[in-house]
Amino acid sequence: MSILSPDVFIKQQVAAVQEYSILSGRAIADIFTRPRYWADIYTQMDSIGAGSMPIIILSGFFTGCVLALQSVTALKEFGAVSMTGSLVALSMVKELGPVLTGLMVSGRNAAGMASELGSMKVTEQIDAMRALGTDPVRKLVTPRLIATIFMLFFLTIIADTAGIAGGTLVAVNMLGLNASSYLHSSYTSLVHGDVVQGLTKPIFSGFIIATVGCFFGMRTTGGTQGVGRATTQAVVVSSVFIIVVDFIVTRLMIGIFGS
Amino acid sequence: MPDDLPNSDVATMEPTDGKTPVVQFDNVSISFDVKPVLQGISFAVERGQTLILLGPAGCGKSVLLKLANGLLKPDSGTICVFGEDINKLRRREMYAMRARIGMVFQESALFDSLNVEDNVAYRLHEEQVPEEEAHKRVVEALKFVELETAIDKFPSELSGGMRRRVSIARAIISNPDLILYDSPTGGLDPITSTTIIELVMKQRDVSHTTSLVVTHRLQDAFMLATHRFDVSTGGMQPIAKDGPNHGIDPGMKFLVLNEGKIVFHGTTEELVHSDDPWIKRYLE
Repeated sequence: MSILSPDVFIKQQVAAVQEYSILSGRAIADIFTRPRYWADIYTQMDSIGAGSMPIIILSGFFTGCVLALQSVTALKEFGAVSMTGSLVALSMVKELGPVLTGLMVSGRNAAGMASELGSMKVTEQIDAMRALGTDPVRKLVTPRLIATIFMLFFLTIIADTAGIAGGTLVAVNMLGLNASSYLHSSYTSLVHGDVVQGLTKPIFSGFIIATVGCFFGMRTTGGTQGVGRATTQAVVVSSVFIIVVDFIVTRLMIGIFGS
Repeated sequence: MPDDLPNSDVATMEPTDGKTPVVQFDNVSISFDVKPVLQGISFAVERGQTLILLGPAGCGKSVLLKLANGLLKPDSGTICVFGEDINKLRRREMYAMRARIGMVFQESALFDSLNVEDNVAYRLHEEQVPEEEAHKRVVEALKFVELETAIDKFPSELSGGMRRRVSIARAIISNPDLILYDSPTGGLDPITSTTIIELVMKQRDVSHTTSLVVTHRLQDAFMLATHRFDVSTGGMQPIAKDGPNHGIDPGMKFLVLNEGKIVFHGTTEELVHSDDPWIKRYLE
């Protein structure tokens, strides 16, 4: 690997940010103008939404289980075992549900997008598409953007539900807590602001997954090795972005809702 | 499939008159990173003309073709296609312009998730041509490349030569005003190469489409220059040496590139009789 001088490196990074911004801007602008590729949007929704359901349910469910187990140990010391339901529900809805879903879908779909588009790029299929008069951003990126944002919203709700169900199962069957009071404490602790916060995050995560995945796919160079590199970069960058943006959105929401 | 297409943009682009060159490069230069790839390229391709781009590997032939289709943007200079400066076209206008250009890629660039029919009909589907008519036109295009039996196959099931023929069918299906062939015989055996050259010739002599043909095989270039497609026999035949054109197609021109610069631009005869030592060595 060649060593770059700092100024060349900085220029390359700035150019990459510029390219990413242009791609994202075009993908958003194309949502509002025709033509729209509905068939591609539905195919992506199926792949991202229905395809990610098993991993989202499994990861959400077991996160809820572990959360209940761990929190009971800590809460016991303060004699506050009855708060387990509240803690699990709040953690799942506000933080773990959205972030875990984002990271899981990022691992699955940002990688998928980068490798699919990357393969198309290195075999000149993207150039062929442009040569045939089709805008690849409109045909490939915008459908993935719409599908990811739309489906991630619902996947997060499913992950939250599975997590609370997992927590309940562990609390009732393994820790001997009362199911009714557990669920009541979960329900009463959740307020409007918590739900809004939890469901705002997947909108940002969906945007990050689709745009980062497509960005690295569309700029792939260097054959099959390049496709592998693009895939890894897409997962790493989108995962880091999701966590960073999660912090920013949380801070913003605390500012708005005050908790 | 899109629910609507900017067909109005296609309609607003006027067809070129007989005098305006179909493609015109004026002092075009492009660099990748810091390495200059093409420098000060100027030439024009008239309507109905076939321009053969020759030169050693890596001299910028494919880049020149991508510039002509707006797939790359030059660092300096102007490129006019159908009389329009493509640097000044908006995104939608650029895609409308590309709808009038057919392109055959070096490695065919077929969409591997689509079968042959959908690949060839891609442009028709984008233009929302009714399914029945699209199928009829796909069969016609595949008959032109003598591959109608492969209509249901996927690109992975085809040989290199067959893929190249499907790529030609995809490029000609919408009767483009300009066809760009990027090394159509690259990586093929001599017999398959001759079949592909015969198709390029057939398109040239039957439809009289303006074309730019990139090749590094001199025998392909000279075969195109010295033969014509005979519709009655369905094959190519040498142009009569005692005829008015002295055995050479008058619509053929050559552009030879070396290290990103034009070293020759002219007719077949001028190329063969060139005194330039580099060209002589190259032709040998």
